Amino acid sequence: MLYREAGQFKASYREDQQIFPIRQDRIAIALILAFFYLVVPYFATQYWLQGILIPTLIFALAAIGLNILTGYAGQLSLGSAAFMAVGAFAAYNFVLRVPGMPILAAFILAGLCAAAVGMVFGLPSLRIKGFYLAVATLAAQFFIVWALTKFPWFSNNSSSGVITAQKVEIFGYAFESPEAKYLLTLAVVTVLALLAKNMVRSSIGRSWMAIRDMDVAAEVIGIRPMHTKLMAFAVSSFYCGVAGALYAYTYLGTVEPEGFNLDLSFKILFMVIIGGVGSIMGSFLGAAFIVLLPIFLNVAMHALGGLVPQGISSNLELIVFGGLIIFFLIVEPHGLARLWQIGKEKLRLWPFPH
Amino acid sequence: MQFFFEVLIGGLLSGVMYSLVALGFVLIYKASGVFNFAQGAMVFFAALTFVGITELGVPFGFALILAFGAMILLAIATERVVLRQLVNQPQITLFMATIGLTFFVEGLAQGMWGASVRGLEIPGIQDEPLEWMMEATGIGVSKFDLFAAGVSAILVVVLAIFFNKTRVGRALRAVADDHQAALAIGIPLQDIWRIVWAVAGLVALVAGVMWGARNGVQFALTFVALKALPVLIIGGFTSIPGAIVGGLIIGASEKLGEIYIPPFVQSTFGIETSLGGIEGWFPYVMALLFLLVRPEGLFGEKHIDRV
Repeated sequence: MLYREAGQFKASYREDQQIFPIRQDRIAIALILAFFYLVVPYFATQYWLQGILIPTLIFALAAIGLNILTGYAGQLSLGSAAFMAVGAFAAYNFVLRVPGMPILAAFILAGLCAAAVGMVFGLPSLRIKGFYLAVATLAAQFFIVWALTKFPWFSNNSSSGVITAQKVEIFGYAFESPEAKYLLTLAVVTVLALLAKNMVRSSIGRSWMAIRDMDVAAEVIGIRPMHTKLMAFAVSSFYCGVAGALYAYTYLGTVEPEGFNLDLSFKILFMVIIGGVGSIMGSFLGAAFIVLLPIFLNVAMHALGGLVPQGISSNLELIVFGGLIIFFLIVEPHGLARLWQIGKEKLRLWPFPH
Repeated sequence: MQFFFEVLIGGLLSGVMYSLVALGFVLIYKASGVFNFAQGAMVFFAALTFVGITELGVPFGFALILAFGAMILLAIATERVVLRQLVNQPQITLFMATIGLTFFVEGLAQGMWGASVRGLEIPGIQDEPLEWMMEATGIGVSKFDLFAAGVSAILVVVLAIFFNKTRVGRALRAVADDHQAALAIGIPLQDIWRIVWAVAGLVALVAGVMWGARNGVQFALTFVALKALPVLIIGGFTSIPGAIVGGLIIGASEKLGEIYIPPFVQSTFGIETSLGGIEGWFPYVMALLFLLVRPEGLFGEKHIDRV
């Protein structure tokens, strides 16, 4: 009854091509944004901001990056954490070595560096596909982490490659409190997420999907596979790179190459799969799920307290985490985004059954 | 030159150990099209179960049988709970499910047997160089490595016979070829999957015992899977001989590369810091180079795209 597009006529091309063509969607998005920009910073505790909201946003950004590559362009990648590492270290070096470098420009340059590296490691995708490609992207994962550890130039000669992010300052305002960092992250993520949402329905997004669905057919109708695939790798790595820079600057503050290991890559892949392959919204849902699940499990274990011995509880967490992932894949292989869509469909019909 | 051969032989023999792990991947991929990331966790689980059972005072051979029993149970449970529910899902979903399975199996193994590092000894086989070889040529070849190579050779022959000569083996190949056609002529798909996962469990057990005897049974065993992946892409996901040849190539080139490349690069470009530790990514780059020439791996099935 409330959620229905009936009666909303599109009288101009502009109206027809909006990102959110349905008025209720626009209102909902505006409300959600208002909530996260205006309400959350006032009420959230420091733990919520630092421990849950900021990582969720950053991981969501990385998941959007991987989703562009895997969900839209169909190229399975296991190296997203490495591209995050490139972003983090590139941003650090830009701020360190270029005097007066504005931090946002450093983030963008970091993203571009990651994009360039991503394109290099995307080259094999022209020749190989599927799991062969997935394993090939592992080369990126291991090589980049190794290179960042081995060449001290990247980390300004610190021991074992640990870098400490510089202070974040924009136009003289220092982003130091958790609230400020949260708002900065949120702003970057909002802009990039809207951009991604727009990109995937543009001509480049459509050619990604064509390549994903069948690359030979796409080539036949005139989509250049090399251009399209490399573009997907570049854009995806750009997002991962910016996410990596945020990871260093607004979330952890101190990062080392080893932190961007294969586990992190898998984590991001989990977010994409659980959130929904080929969905921007799903990336956020997946990120929230993966960030919250271990915290929730931990709390649950503590609540059980005396029942479970200390040594077993961490293993029990592993078991439950693995089990839940399998459970989710079985129950809803299309991810949380699909549930969201089903909900919307239901809402459209409500209160009628059909 | 002597040193070169010593490194080469050591590399080839350790390559055999990679092949052992890669075999498990190939078996499952061949029969069900599942890229089973949990193979490494299965190796860990098998080794830990085996050590756990021997620590209870069970003799070596009997413990092997019991551990194999545990692997069969794991295979049946996996088929029942995971695979059966995910029939007809895209491959990436199944792949993710096996990553979930990896966490589950790792947690289960450590929950049951504890997380401490255990030693594992194969009676009668020590990790010491062959004496006559040492005297004749001056090249040290470890007895243990030779034993491991022998065991894998036997395993490969047995698997080849199993695949090519038995009724079940033929059914397995039929399923690998075409699920639906196999179902249509009355091959029980679920039994086949259980068998294949159990066989992969056996391979994991052998690999686990070998690797456990070499490095101790510890969590790091799960990373062995990562070593097996470049082996897979060089050999092709669907080829048992490919897994062996790929393992040999990776083993040899990794050891030789580790010894010769970093000093060479350092001296040519005048870099002072040590560039060692390339073995983490060198096999992958090797595999990539192979892929650029042969996108299906050396022995993989040729893929023909049709619109």
